[in-house]
Amino acid sequence: MANARVGIAEAAVVRNPDSVTTLGLGSCIGVAMFDSVNRIGGLVHVMLPSSSLSKTKDFNAGKFADTGVPLLLDMMLKAGASKARIVAKIAGGAQMFAIGGGGDSVLRIGPQNTDACKAALKKLGIPLIAEETGGNHGRTVELFCDSGEYEIRAIGKEKKRI
Amino acid sequence: MSNGMPRLDAMHLDVLREVGNIGAGNAASALSGLLGTRVDMKVTRVMSMPFNEIVDFAGGAETPVATVYTRFDGSIAGNILFVIGIDQAMALIRHVTGAVEDDGISEMGFSVLQETGNIVIGSCMTAMSDFLGFELLPSVPTLAVDMAGAILSFSLSEIGRSADEAIMIDAGITPEGASLSGGSGRLFLLPDPESFGRMFAALGVRIDG
Repeated sequence: MANARVGIAEAAVVRNPDSVTTLGLGSCIGVAMFDSVNRIGGLVHVMLPSSSLSKTKDFNAGKFADTGVPLLLDMMLKAGASKARIVAKIAGGAQMFAIGGGGDSVLRIGPQNTDACKAALKKLGIPLIAEETGGNHGRTVELFCDSGEYEIRAIGKEKKRI
Repeated sequence: MSNGMPRLDAMHLDVLREVGNIGAGNAASALSGLLGTRVDMKVTRVMSMPFNEIVDFAGGAETPVATVYTRFDGSIAGNILFVIGIDQAMALIRHVTGAVEDDGISEMGFSVLQETGNIVIGSCMTAMSDFLGFELLPSVPTLAVDMAGAILSFSLSEIGRSADEAIMIDAGITPEGASLSGGSGRLFLLPDPESFGRMFAALGVRIDG
């Protein structure tokens, strides 16, 4: 079993028996997609809610929820997944620092990312079947393509599979 | 690829290094006053790095760190972070309180880390503000103890609007003494891409692009 790793604003698609992981999600979101028949799974590490926030015309599609989620779906379909079977799970979207630190819009980026990923999935008609979002702690996530389970690890917390 | 970062030559990097030295030097002497020990400052480095390399540079995405974070606005804007490894954070708490933190970090321990970060960041901001002749408006510093990747990626999100890389000014701030051995505290300064032009203009340095 191989393990693919995606960094910030990156996406990857793998198939059974491999897994795909991203480390240290804070306010970012790891959006995982899975087709349980072909056992194809994908993960994108989204950093910001909307490409309308981009100050440049060219940007990395994986960076924003509204472009990163469609990018991952596209990669899944190209790899042979069936859109009718693809389901999604998301994790991350924490608020790493307590409010009161000023610049509240920046500090609330985690919850905004969560909402934006959900909206992007809904727009594409991909059902969101599980999530582990919010809170104020970092998360490492891994999607296993043998089972479609999405594992979440955090410092000082029990490992969790959704 | 996005290209919102200014292009910097060797002279620009020298100027930024000097800004970093002035800020970090003042931070180190303030910390020395707080701890009553010598505090070493390592020469400041200025690097332009993709986000994922910044996370690796800070010790790896999953490495637990204590970080005090401040966002500053005003004539120039950006993020500043004081990051120390968890072992060094424990040693720092022990040095200040005399108590051993064996069952996680106590409330008192969090206060020590918060206060240390406040002093480091506050004194760095003051020195930079004097040097640049700008009023900088820092937010109230906040503390988090968690994975380095989770903390850094959050602090890069504003820069992410313009680029996939950040220009980082990095200084090592290490309190000396046996009680504080192991690892170095780091002061990361991450100006927003739009702020470089103003910073250089204030210092009489030209920048193109």
